[in-house]
Amino acid sequence: MSDVTRIWTYLSADPLLWLTLTLVAYLIGDAAFVASGRRPLVNPVLLAVAILAVVLRLTGTPYQTYFAGAQFVHFMLGPATVALAVPLHANLPRIRASALPMAAALVAGALTGMVSAVLIAAAMGVTGQTLLSLAPKSVTAPVALGVSEAIGGSPTLTAVLVILTGITGAIIATPLLNALGVKDWRARGFAVGVASHGIGTARAFQVNETAGAFAGIGMGLNALLTALVAPLLAPPLIALLTH
Amino acid sequence: MILPLAILLGFQLLGEITARGFGLPLPGPVLGMAFLFLALTAWPRLAARITDTARGLLGHLSLLFVPAGVGIVGHLGEMQADGAGLALAIVGSTALAIMAGVGAFLAVVRLTGGAGDAG
Repeated sequence: MSDVTRIWTYLSADPLLWLTLTLVAYLIGDAAFVASGRRPLVNPVLLAVAILAVVLRLTGTPYQTYFAGAQFVHFMLGPATVALAVPLHANLPRIRASALPMAAALVAGALTGMVSAVLIAAAMGVTGQTLLSLAPKSVTAPVALGVSEAIGGSPTLTAVLVILTGITGAIIATPLLNALGVKDWRARGFAVGVASHGIGTARAFQVNETAGAFAGIGMGLNALLTALVAPLLAPPLIALLTH
Repeated sequence: MILPLAILLGFQLLGEITARGFGLPLPGPVLGMAFLFLALTAWPRLAARITDTARGLLGHLSLLFVPAGVGIVGHLGEMQADGAGLALAIVGSTALAIMAGVGAFLAVVRLTGGAGDAG
């Protein structure tokens, strides 16, 4: 018994355990996704997060301890974002041909996402700092946190809302777009990237490589647009709604 | 494996230095993506060296969001007060944003008589 405790004490403070569990939880999530016939609702990220959340709760492990191990996976987000340039370059002729539709979809998708989120939340009685934290939730986490801080929101709450938006986009995009009968992979991917950043983009890559490439561009362009526009647009809109 | 990874990290580093050096409101990796894209346009032969590694990374992009996602655990309490409003706002706005984006994209394709390049 004391041996088990001793081993646990060592392992629970060591990056190895939490790094391994992160990969295993994701493999379980991905296996469930494949076994379900790739149903969008069986989202590998959502399942892996749920499994790890239960493990942390049951073992009383603080998030900081977990992250000390999991940060090696988290770190790879940087080079993966850089790697989006590769499908971007491979799809260059089609992207050049769709510059105008992309510009229209970027403005429509980015503004609709931001304004409708604030309007719905305000109508449901959400106020103040929480509303400000919600405004940048459609863009990739590092940009969203910067915007949230700049407009007076709470960056940690924004991080949570960003992840939830990504998972929501990944789950609803395929059934929603199939129901609407949209068959253009460029339009599908781009709109999903604009609305639900990297998690939506990851999902788009699972469905179709063209959709994935366009989702990556949508994510990148919305990061740019939101970083420039949200600080000007969100605070006056929220002031108007809450007075 | 090592060379492509060094190339990707090198561009990320370049993006990080540029963003901080000029005080730009953009994350380093997003700028790094833009720089790598420019480099690929200038030297198309670079693509052959990094394509496999890039595909490998992007094929498992979902995994990379798991550690940040687990951070939700620390905020469950805070979110309870506004839970319903935030949930409705996230689901509603994400669906509306996807529909607005797709609608605008297809409308402009139709207006400009763009080729039906749907594949």
